[in-house]
Amino acid sequence: MRIFVCIKQVPDTETRIQIKSDKSGIEETGVKWVMNPYDEYAVEEAIKIRDAKGGGQVTVVSVGPKARVSESLRTAMAMGADDAIVIDTSDYLDSYWTGKALGQAIQKEGAFDLVLTGKLAIDDNAAAVPQIVAETLGIPHVTVVSKLGTEGAWVAEREIEGGAREIFEVQGPCVLAANKGLNTPRYASLPGIMKAKKKPLKEIALGDLGIQSSHLKTRLKDFQLPPEKPAVKMVAGDPATQAKELVRLLLEEAKVL
Amino acid sequence: MSKVFVFVEGQGAELKKGSQELLNAARNSGREVVAGLIGPGTKALTGKASKHGAKTVFVCDAADLGHYNPETFGGILEAMVKESGADVVLASSSVLARDLMPRVAAKLDSGSASDCTTLELTTSGVKARRPVYSGKCTAEVEFVNSPIKFVLMRPNQLPVGAGDAAESAPVKDFPAPAQSGKIKCKEMVKGASSKTDLTEANIIVSGGRGLQNAESFKILEDLANTMGATVGASRAVADAGWVPHSMQVGQTGKTVAPSLYIAVGISGAIQHLAGMSGSKVIVAVNKDADAPIFQKANYGLVGDLFEIVPKLTEEFNKALHR
Repeated sequence: MRIFVCIKQVPDTETRIQIKSDKSGIEETGVKWVMNPYDEYAVEEAIKIRDAKGGGQVTVVSVGPKARVSESLRTAMAMGADDAIVIDTSDYLDSYWTGKALGQAIQKEGAFDLVLTGKLAIDDNAAAVPQIVAETLGIPHVTVVSKLGTEGAWVAEREIEGGAREIFEVQGPCVLAANKGLNTPRYASLPGIMKAKKKPLKEIALGDLGIQSSHLKTRLKDFQLPPEKPAVKMVAGDPATQAKELVRLLLEEAKVL
Repeated sequence: MSKVFVFVEGQGAELKKGSQELLNAARNSGREVVAGLIGPGTKALTGKASKHGAKTVFVCDAADLGHYNPETFGGILEAMVKESGADVVLASSSVLARDLMPRVAAKLDSGSASDCTTLELTTSGVKARRPVYSGKCTAEVEFVNSPIKFVLMRPNQLPVGAGDAAESAPVKDFPAPAQSGKIKCKEMVKGASSKTDLTEANIIVSGGRGLQNAESFKILEDLANTMGATVGASRAVADAGWVPHSMQVGQTGKTVAPSLYIAVGISGAIQHLAGMSGSKVIVAVNKDADAPIFQKANYGLVGDLFEIVPKLTEEFNKALHR
């Protein structure tokens, strides 16, 4: 069983965001970087499947500046992944080229059974890369997967509106994008962390995949903080008074009803 | 004349509100509007699409499209977009479109911008902004080398417009493509709620740990029913198993942007705020006057939620169902 897991390193949710003076992005100094939370479900699922199938290889792949991104790749290897590939670039890549880069790097490695990713990255919230990886590899995809069966075909449950689910049956290699609920990611153990230091981490230059960051399809610009909210209006009184006053405010002042 | 293609989704006998918003925005842009509908029964909705602004309607109404399949839906949509000649494609940021659109865009060597909150569409271009970094800031998406520009808009961000029922548009049928058999949806399991999904809801009533147990969600449901709202929850209560995870709002749950968000017994952890700070008006009900949720709220009610919520239900009932 050969499984690839695509992961992204993102600023921790708790990190305070400061916008660069030219509004072209955020200041990266002082940002705490972590593995995208949804990608942890993908790594966990890959390790579980490999172990349940009695062996194989789980390879984690990421795009970004090698020195920084390697930390998250080591974390995934400390959880139990076997090896890692970093597509090294310090340039911004959009979802299109990130998906192309990941897909082409996987293709270079030869035959595989499954590609797992998180359903989205919490920094850009695009939820596009898994589908583009699948398109690049010419294989099916299922996103927002919260349950996976691995007997025979892949049986992936995808969460849709109102908690309803679509159950997909997929033959052969595919890309599955993990949602919360798929599993409970393990913590890296201390021996795991020690072992991870010696696991192979291969480096691919972005240019070797024939990708140039100057060919972006989309670019983000003019970063802005959300407009200041007016101070909260506290509604006082006993519960009956509070309720009456709130309804009046929503009807007459906020006009949202 | 420049064209815009709008992917339209139905909900029963109506178009989804998000789709109506986009048709209206498309009509007002000065572009010629081509609408696309996919799925059994969608032919009955073509009149609604023209009412809201479509000049041409493409439809693929095949019976075996009852279940979503990224492969077939992708093939149909690719054909429709190509045929339309549009260089801008709009879709609502629905569960289906978020899965489908990025891949269709990639098939057409194009980029996509999902979950946008503002849209400026003109005859010559398109500008959209979207929240990034968990809603801590927003950025403009600039399309650079993208022959077709795919924009997915969050519902409830744009005006709907009245529409004109007298408008009609030519309808063109598209055949369903053959399936490879590599992927199929073999079953759909209904969810606990038949209400509008959280991501599309106009009003949300959300509960947190302050409700103390799963049974107390009943009082939120009563309030939600009065207001036509959808019930959400914080991560703490979803993790505790009081409600299914599909109801979770926040970082590892759903990102929502209703007109009105009522947070009941939710302290306002940053992971929760990440999922709902885009709401237009936020009401917080909490017994702790220092709870961080009040810093994000427009209106705050300090007190015992078990006393306040039933009173709110009573008052909303009076005000909305006279």
